[in-house]
Amino acid sequence: MNDLTSKSITETIKGLENAEFSKEELNKAYLGRIEKLNSNLNAYLSINDKSEGIPAGIKDLISVKGQRMTCASKVLEDYVPPYNATVIDRLIANKISVIGKTNLDEFAMGSSGENSAYGPTLNPWNTEKVTGGTSSGSACAVAADLCTFALGTDTGGSIRQPASLCGVVGLKPSYGRVSRYGAQAMASSLDQIGPITKTVADARMVFGWISGADGYDSNCINSKLEIQNPKLNTLKGISIGLPKEYFGKGLDREVEKTIKSAIKKLEDLGASTVEINLPHTEYAVAVYYIIMASEVSSNLSRFDGIRFGGNRDLFGSEVKRRIMLGTFALSSGYFDDYFIKAGKVRTLIKQDFEKVFEICDLIAGPVSPTTAWNIGEKIKDPLTMYLSDVYTIPASLAGIPGLSVPCGFANDLPVGLQILGKYLDEETILSVGEIYQSATSWHKKRPKL
Amino acid sequence: MKNNKRSKIDIKHVTRLTNLPVTAAEEKTFETQLSKIIGYIDQIEKGVDTKKVEPTFNVSPNSNVKRPDVAEESLSQKDAIKNSKNIKDGFFETKGVFENE
Repeated sequence: MNDLTSKSITETIKGLENAEFSKEELNKAYLGRIEKLNSNLNAYLSINDKSEGIPAGIKDLISVKGQRMTCASKVLEDYVPPYNATVIDRLIANKISVIGKTNLDEFAMGSSGENSAYGPTLNPWNTEKVTGGTSSGSACAVAADLCTFALGTDTGGSIRQPASLCGVVGLKPSYGRVSRYGAQAMASSLDQIGPITKTVADARMVFGWISGADGYDSNCINSKLEIQNPKLNTLKGISIGLPKEYFGKGLDREVEKTIKSAIKKLEDLGASTVEINLPHTEYAVAVYYIIMASEVSSNLSRFDGIRFGGNRDLFGSEVKRRIMLGTFALSSGYFDDYFIKAGKVRTLIKQDFEKVFEICDLIAGPVSPTTAWNIGEKIKDPLTMYLSDVYTIPASLAGIPGLSVPCGFANDLPVGLQILGKYLDEETILSVGEIYQSATSWHKKRPKL
Repeated sequence: MKNNKRSKIDIKHVTRLTNLPVTAAEEKTFETQLSKIIGYIDQIEKGVDTKKVEPTFNVSPNSNVKRPDVAEESLSQKDAIKNSKNIKDGFFETKGVFENE
């Protein structure tokens, strides 16, 4: 009974159906664990002690009616959303309840979880290390068994990277798969909501619940997604592309070894591999910081202190920096050289992926060039921090789906294997992740807390 | 020098456009950090030939998304204004736009 909190969603649903435990016992177990661990880890910014369903942690920039939402900013210190985000309504319809709102980098801007106005989230594997960001609290809460699963958002890697650094599963769906109605917009041509879970099978389930158009997000794809059992049951015939650019300079040697042995495992399971080139990868971070910052400067202009929230002087420095960078890139005299140029290079990055997907079914490589780093290590040097997202940003710019799957440890810290798929083909990457997990047990490892 | 304008950010001008209150010390830090970041992003201008490339600003295939023109229930006035500290007679109170003209 005392391991209720380590169960996956599938196991929890089964346990409830077989009356092995009740929903009250389930929530009590989680609330007890949160009470014990959250003051140290700082995964949650607020707790709902009236949680009744299967408990989920929700990134604190997704609206839950009546529950404070801060976006980890002082600007929204006492903001209470008057409506639910679409993803929340859909979770509730599937008997999920929100047990708490999880910490993040302020307005989802950062790569480490340190930019929260309410203090950093600590990595449950080693509390001197960062969790990664920006869905820092969501990844930490899943890894530390403080919820059955969590929702995060991913603009340039904010689901995949903290999932990788905390040893849990993270899915960034294709752009347009999930409605963002009720989520605070950061960079609207990139933002996606997605699950952070204990298993790939759980990610599939949550993705099925939350995806599909609602009429409130014009970029959301209308076609109904049927989430059923995995389509593949073997990797025979699957071709995996290994981008040369994702295994070059800057990749930690221990991380590289771990990733290569995971790829070897996929080969043992029947997949073939092929070396590929994504030649415009080196420009992705530059393109991303122009486009993302430009969209940020526009989206965050709504914070005028009139209809909700406090004044603009309450923004943290990373938020201010990005608003300024974006305003600069959009300003008269620079617009063509930066914003338009970045849009053109984005086309080339997207075409890189389209070309390689003619010869392979998916792409595999590292999520992050290193394991979790020390708290404070990169915070004073924004550019170095930006460069830590070099392997996740290209897929965001192209709008394709990406999955982070725990695949081992380097320097005693978790490493995530990134699996990228064709646009709207979450099915293949989820199937491959599930086959990998059925043959390995990395996802069953838990931090000692 | 042709590219000279790009490496330098006019921090006072940008601050004014963003409507961000920034202290003198912050201004200096931001100027240093942003100059370094702009130096980095400048590589796309120099490194990639995009003469024949159309820009991408949205990767979704959707365009002109419509919904039926039917009135739906929306937030009540009470809910819509409850997060504001500047309410007068049930309305948001703002600074006058034309007061200084």
